[in-house]
Amino acid sequence: MTYKHMIKYEAECDPKFAEWVTEIVGGEKIRQCIQCGICSATCPLSLYMDYPPRKLIHLAKEGFKNEVLRSNTIWLCASCYSCTVECSKQIKVTDIMYALKRRAIEEGVFAKGIPIPVLAKEFYKMVRSEGRTTESWLVVIMLLKTNILKIFGMTTLGLNLLRTGRFSFLKDSIKRKDELKSLLDSLEEAPS
Amino acid sequence: MSEEIRVGVYVCHCGSNIAGIIDVKSVAEEASKYPNVVVSREYKYMCSDPGQALIQEDIKQHNLNRIVVASCSPLLHEHTFRNATEKGGVNPFLFQMVNLREHDSWVHEDKEKATKKAIALVRAAVRRVALHSALERKEVPINPDVLIVGGGIAGIHAALTLANAGKLVYLVEKEPTIGGHMAKFDKTFPTLDCAACILTPKMTQVRAHPNIRLWSYSEVAGVDGFVGNFRVKVKRKPRYVDEEACIGCLACIEACIYKEGKFPDEFNMGLSKRKPIYFPFPQAVPQLAVIDPETCIEFKTGKCKKTCVAACDRNAIDFTQKETIEEISVGTIILATGFKAFDASRMPEYGYGTLSNVYTALEIERLVNSSGPTAGEVVLKNGQHPKSVGIIHCVGSRDEKTNKWCSRVCCMYSLKLAHLLREHTGAEIYNFYIDMRAPGKGYEEFYDRLLQEDGTHFIRGRVAEVTDWAMTEEEEGRLVIRVEDTLAGFVRRIPCDMVVLSVGLEPTPDAQDVRRMFNISCSTEGFFLERHPKLAPVNTFTDGIFLAGTCQGPKDIPDTVAQAGAAAAEALALIDRGSIELEPNTAYVVEDKCSGCHTCIALCPYNAISYDEEKKVAQINEALCKGCGTCVAACPSSAIVQRLFEDAEILEEIEGVLL
Amino acid sequence: MKKYLYYPGCSLKGTGKAYEESLIPVFKTLDAELHEIDDWNCCGATAYMSVDELKAFALAARNLAIAEKEGGSDLVAPCAACYLVLSKAQQYMREYPSERHEVSEALKGVGLTYSDTIKVRHPLDVLINDIGLKEISSKVKKSLKGLKIAPYYGCQIVRPYATFDDQYNPTTMDDLIKACGAEVVYYPLKTRCCGGSLTGTIPEVGVRLAYILLREARKRGADMLVTACPLCQFNLDGYQDQMKRRYEEMSMPILYFTQILGLAFGIPAKELGFRRSIISANSALDMRGIVHV
Repeated sequence: MTYKHMIKYEAECDPKFAEWVTEIVGGEKIRQCIQCGICSATCPLSLYMDYPPRKLIHLAKEGFKNEVLRSNTIWLCASCYSCTVECSKQIKVTDIMYALKRRAIEEGVFAKGIPIPVLAKEFYKMVRSEGRTTESWLVVIMLLKTNILKIFGMTTLGLNLLRTGRFSFLKDSIKRKDELKSLLDSLEEAPS
Repeated sequence: MSEEIRVGVYVCHCGSNIAGIIDVKSVAEEASKYPNVVVSREYKYMCSDPGQALIQEDIKQHNLNRIVVASCSPLLHEHTFRNATEKGGVNPFLFQMVNLREHDSWVHEDKEKATKKAIALVRAAVRRVALHSALERKEVPINPDVLIVGGGIAGIHAALTLANAGKLVYLVEKEPTIGGHMAKFDKTFPTLDCAACILTPKMTQVRAHPNIRLWSYSEVAGVDGFVGNFRVKVKRKPRYVDEEACIGCLACIEACIYKEGKFPDEFNMGLSKRKPIYFPFPQAVPQLAVIDPETCIEFKTGKCKKTCVAACDRNAIDFTQKETIEEISVGTIILATGFKAFDASRMPEYGYGTLSNVYTALEIERLVNSSGPTAGEVVLKNGQHPKSVGIIHCVGSRDEKTNKWCSRVCCMYSLKLAHLLREHTGAEIYNFYIDMRAPGKGYEEFYDRLLQEDGTHFIRGRVAEVTDWAMTEEEEGRLVIRVEDTLAGFVRRIPCDMVVLSVGLEPTPDAQDVRRMFNISCSTEGFFLERHPKLAPVNTFTDGIFLAGTCQGPKDIPDTVAQAGAAAAEALALIDRGSIELEPNTAYVVEDKCSGCHTCIALCPYNAISYDEEKKVAQINEALCKGCGTCVAACPSSAIVQRLFEDAEILEEIEGVLL
Repeated sequence: MKKYLYYPGCSLKGTGKAYEESLIPVFKTLDAELHEIDDWNCCGATAYMSVDELKAFALAARNLAIAEKEGGSDLVAPCAACYLVLSKAQQYMREYPSERHEVSEALKGVGLTYSDTIKVRHPLDVLINDIGLKEISSKVKKSLKGLKIAPYYGCQIVRPYATFDDQYNPTTMDDLIKACGAEVVYYPLKTRCCGGSLTGTIPEVGVRLAYILLREARKRGADMLVTACPLCQFNLDGYQDQMKRRYEEMSMPILYFTQILGLAFGIPAKELGFRRSIISANSALDMRGIVHV
């Protein structure tokens, strides 16, 4: 039987991370969190998260960067905004989740086995080059990059979509692709 | 100015506070060279006894008739030096103070520049004080009668205290009975004393006291005047029942053509019904029936059989009664208008008003009370007893969406309700809290008592929602509370039969209107503003008007009673002194110059200026005037002069600094 | 004739085709014209915001700038996610002027200006507030009497901004359903999250959330759900097969509110994209005797 070693030493906290969190657009009030728990209580996904939103906010404030970025919490967030609406201090919790997603992707730190960062990155690439997303291609690329075996579970859905004409392999794109590319690239230097 | 001006200048070291930066010696030396200056000294501590004695001796020896002290802030020692001047035989307003500390030595580091500044400031003061004239403080008598607005426990206690001290008290209450919110409670924390049992003796004392004029079903309609001399208009609403004749036998209510109550009973929070003619509650004071003109058929159609009139053998019912306005004169006023409970429908997540069996704490107080709508039986809408009850703390409080503040009493009354509900129903009780606030005497011990009770759960987490849809078998047909048990670290769904919302305390909806009428302020939250949060919690910025109880902020009964006593004491201090002195830095109108344009009248923040119809000029009430200077600056004809801040005095001061 | 600029978004051209197919004839019946803006790009949805915030705002702002250029004032965005993304970008650029400045400058660099003059509208808002229930009721030719419908709003049109409806108990769709003659079923989960993109990425979580919604609707006696978001429609409709495998068979048709509105207006079902539904609405409509050729 192995035992978890759960004591945390101050050296493990990253004060720079804690400071970064307070500078997130929408995260200005994070220090005022009274840990009431209404965010976790209203979140329809919190029952699946390793750290419910309330706990994650506390960990972020204290600078436990590793725990925060490696949690599955940020990827399970469906952006339903229930937490943001209910928060007693009106902390924009959803925006903090987005910022943590961005930081995790930037640092290449993810919880194991979660395909969402891949989806986000592929979506990003597709929009940059085509200006629009073609859902069919997005799903195919995702499956190729994460778990090709999943495709078997999706055959019924795929066939249903083909049958009803909602599935097209025609790539949808805008006319002025270069305009979009230069628009996005001109913001490259700006901090996200 | 025919007399010879003889000025004494005193530059204080204030230890090293001033002398550490400013070369006080050279300031005094420079000052001695100014015209009119006879004596110019520097001294270590001017505010000390020998320092003050110095002034008095010099006045005698050198025949001084003007004094300038250059030391600290006037807020601190102006009165000290004015007194010293007066004791020396010179009018205290022939004195000018210079602030070399807060305005100079404490805010500058460059010694040379600071000294130069000090010299300029003293020079200005010397020039100014030559133009000062002797002024007298006005004495205003204090009317010994007191008005108390609000007949809850705060108003009642203040009234009894003052009446026992022999003062005449007008107690004005807008409901048909006194007692306020406390009369609705079942038991009080932490002793579980019956609220009515401890309150009603005081209520009957009020009724019986020869020094208290109890005006129930009345409201203050207007206030004029100033400290010691308030003129108040009180609107007395018609009960349609003769106060002298009615003995409270209830025969009229029995006889009313409505066989049963049909209209929501306000005292029972709408949980029971009353007739148009009613008694607020059994122990109401005064013990008089009252008719509600909104619901009484006689008022609606004029064609009622009036069985109530027939049933009354004292002929007490009088449909012709009209509203009357009484005018009274009082010297002091105590505001004890109480609070309003948070409207729980502002939190739609909790289902108040949409889901059945969701109650506010005040409604539960009535349910558990043996003289309540169900005689103390705590039952659901379907008549059954609840098997589990959820008590949600902080409804409307500690929340940016509604009210930011903590309402202070909810944790404690929630514990009390948890105990009472368990006692009445044997149900499982779930308490949902964020923090457990138990700061008073015996409060933590009461919490400990509740922790030990059977079937009582404490879950730390703010409830997100109360819903009526089920995920599991056990939740079917019940109210479900979804909450994160933060101490355990997971989300829980708890089915309850009844949900109690611990609503917070808010200012009354008419607080802004009331404060305007009495000329006081409200804080940003909307409660009446005290003069100082720590040192003057019952005084307001308006002399003669005091606060007591929850109208000043959420608090429990012991603090309310303490504040009521404090307000009574403050009023007594004024009354027993008999008179007060007003500062003479007031403004006056030079009638010859006034063109009657009315500009100043609307601008005065203290309503001190009125228009004399006969003379066709503006007139300033010196007692109300606070010397703010607004009218002086606004007058297009420069017809208003402010004592101690006359144009010539200010211009001299400016020239003295700039030279 | 009311004219509106129109932003379909990627979904309405793909899996959400039925939404556009039913929206346009419904608006036409009500004398309102939708003019698709030129060369619109993907709004970025939730994915772009997960990678780069400022660029996500720029993506949204390009569409608003294009709308500005076309000289309109109201941009109708039927997809709830697009509606929120455009509104949020607008709102945040108002609250954070430095972000607005960066985005405006970048747009200037490609010949577009952002002056924040566009009002982002949802078709529910336009129907209830611009056109009005009276007008809508007058166009109803075939009442859907007898049909029991549970209105499902989802998240994005009420949270975090509740601009045209109540945040906790929205009723715009309820009103439209009643105007069609159908019965609105009491549905307490009307604003609960359907799982969003989690149905595809983490099915055990996402599909369960969608399942809970359908289960409650069935319990409440609904014949079908009506929705205003293409992702909600996709999740609730397309994943019923997975629900059958994991939990139970639901067979609950999911339609867009524009589809039932169109049906009530007398527009033939095949012109309203009814064939796009994976779970067909035919049996539910037949059961209630509603003609739907």
